[in-house]
Amino acid sequence: MDKVLSRRVGVPNSQSIDTYVADGGYGGLRKVLTEGWAPEKVLEEVKKANVRGRGGAGFSAGVKWGFLPKDTKGKPVYLLCNADESEPGTFKDRLVMENDPHQLLEGMILASYAIRCRNAYIYIRGEFYDGERILNRAVEEAYAKGFLGENILGSGFSLDLTVHRGAGAYICGEETGLIESLEGKRGQPRIKPPFPAISGVFAAPTIVNNVETLCCVKHVIDRGADWFLKLGRNEKNAGPKLFCISGHVNRPGVYEAAMGLPFKDLIYGEAYAQGIKGGKKLKAVIPGGASAALLKPEEIEDCPLDFDGVAAKGSMLGSAAIIVMDEDTCIVAAIMNILKFFSHESCGQCTPCREGTTWLYRVLARIEKGEGRIEDVDLLTRVAGQMANGLTICVLADGAAAPILSAVPKFRDEFLYHVEHKRCMGAGRPQLVTA
Amino acid sequence: MSHTRYHIEAAGEPRKFPPEAMARIEKLLTRYPTKQAALLPVLWVAQETWGWISKESSEEVARLLGLPASHVDGVLTFYTMFNLRPVGKNLLQICTSISCHLLGAEALVEHCGKKLGIGVEETTKDGKFTLVEVECIAGCDKAPSMMVNDKYYEPMDEKKLDQLLDRLVQES
Repeated sequence: MDKVLSRRVGVPNSQSIDTYVADGGYGGLRKVLTEGWAPEKVLEEVKKANVRGRGGAGFSAGVKWGFLPKDTKGKPVYLLCNADESEPGTFKDRLVMENDPHQLLEGMILASYAIRCRNAYIYIRGEFYDGERILNRAVEEAYAKGFLGENILGSGFSLDLTVHRGAGAYICGEETGLIESLEGKRGQPRIKPPFPAISGVFAAPTIVNNVETLCCVKHVIDRGADWFLKLGRNEKNAGPKLFCISGHVNRPGVYEAAMGLPFKDLIYGEAYAQGIKGGKKLKAVIPGGASAALLKPEEIEDCPLDFDGVAAKGSMLGSAAIIVMDEDTCIVAAIMNILKFFSHESCGQCTPCREGTTWLYRVLARIEKGEGRIEDVDLLTRVAGQMANGLTICVLADGAAAPILSAVPKFRDEFLYHVEHKRCMGAGRPQLVTA
Repeated sequence: MSHTRYHIEAAGEPRKFPPEAMARIEKLLTRYPTKQAALLPVLWVAQETWGWISKESSEEVARLLGLPASHVDGVLTFYTMFNLRPVGKNLLQICTSISCHLLGAEALVEHCGKKLGIGVEETTKDGKFTLVEVECIAGCDKAPSMMVNDKYYEPMDEKKLDQLLDRLVQES
C-alpha cells in the first residue's frame, strides 16, 4: 500500500501550508465547499467508509457523529480533537502533528462542516510543546488563507479552531476526562449517559475524535469511501493505519500499512521492524498499548493487526502500540512497570481503580523485590478480576486489569519462580545499551 | 512528582502578571465560552512567567478568572506538569514507562542521579538541575526517551547523557 497518513513525513517544509496546498492539500475541503456538498453528504461518506476510531476504541466515527441530536435547541456543537496521545507505546499522532499539521486541520474542518460545528479544539498533551507550536503556526496559516475563520472559501461556513495544551494526565485521553479538562477542571471522567454527543463540553453536543481518525476523514473525502473500504482485510477493518512498534526490535518506529497487516510482518518484515534485537527470541508482545492484554508468540502466528483480528485473540488493537519483549525480559518487572503507571494515572474517583491499581502495584513490587508470598500470584488475578467489566466510571481500571489477567495465567511459572527463588527467571533488570 | 503533588509552596511575595503575560491571558480568554476553560492555559502562562506555580500565583489566577482558590488548587495538584515548588533551571524528565523500561530507563535514571549527586525529585544545590521520572512521553521508538524542559533528547544512553549534562552545565 502506498503511504497515505504518513506520506508527507520527510517532505521538505512538510509543515507549511504552501507545500501542503501544492501537494493537493485542502483540495477535498475546496471540493466540498465549492461543489455545494450538504453536511449530511460528508457524514454519509464517512459513515459508509466505516472509519473506526484510531484512538483505541475502534468505534465508527460516522456513527458517533450520527448520535448528535437533529435539533440542538440553540446549543452550539463542539468538535474536540483528542491529541492527548498518552497510552504507553503510542507515538503516531505526534509524528502526524509535528510533520503534517494541515492534514489534521483539513480533517477537522471537514468533520466540523459535517457536524455543523463552529468551534473546534485540539486537546494536545502537555509534553508536546513542539506539536503545539507547529499546530499554532498551521492554524495561523489556515486563518490567513481563508480555510479557517468567517465564511470559509465563500461558502458561508465559519469555524474557529483553538489548540489547547494539557498538563500531564493520562486520563485526559479518555473522552469525558478530556472534556472536563478542557472546561478547566481536574480530568476526572464523567458517568455516561449522557454521552458527549448529547451533552459534552460546556453542556453542549460534542464529538471527540482522535488525530489519526480525523486525518482519515480527510482522505475519505478526497478519495471516497469505496477506496477506503478496499484497503484492509474486510469492510469492518479497513483503511490506512499507523502502527507504532517499540521495545526489543531492530527498527522501532511508526509504520503505515493497510488494516490487517499480518502481526509477524510488522515485527519481522524487512519493510518494518526487522526482527528482534540481537537475534533473540520473542517472549511476549503487547498489541495495543499498556492497557491491552499480553500475547504469547504462538498467539500472533496468524493474527491480522486490525480491530477484530486482535480482539479474536483476546486482546485489542487499541492505539496500535505494539510493544515487543524479547526472551530475556522479566515479565514480573514489565507488568509491575505497567501497574506503576496505572496507579500513578488513576484519577482516584472510583475505589476499584484507585485501590486496585495501587495494591496490584504494591503486590507486584514485593514479588519483584523477592518478598512475595506464594498466594500473591492468585491475589493478583483476584484483585484484577474485581476491577474490570463495568465496575468503574471509565475503562482505566479495565486497562490496568488486562495486563495482569493475561500475564499472570500466561506466565504463571515466572511469577511463581520469582516468589520461590526471590529473583527472576530471565536475564534480570533491563540493561542500558550504549551506542 | 507524585509525593509532592498535594502541597503548593508559598513564594512569600505577592504575584502580579507582567503586562505581556496579561496581554496573552486577555487573548486566551477570547477563545473559550467560559473563563474557567482558560484555566490550564493561564496556569501555563503563570509557570512560564515564574518557572513554577506558588500559592500566591494560584490565588492570583483564581482572582483573575473569578474561580474559588480551592478549585485552582485542585486542578494544580491533579496535573503533574505544574511545578508546585521551584525546580532547577534544567528539568530532567526521564521516561520510565514500559518501552523505555525495556531499554534500560531505570539504569539511566540511576546514572543521572549519581552523576548529579541527587535522587529522583531532587534539585542540585546550584539550582541547575532537577531530576524526575515521568510516565510515557510518546518517544517509545527512541527509548529511553527524555526531555529537558520542553525539548526531547532521544534515544538516550549513558554517554549521550553525560555529554548533554556537560553542555547544560556550561550553558547555565
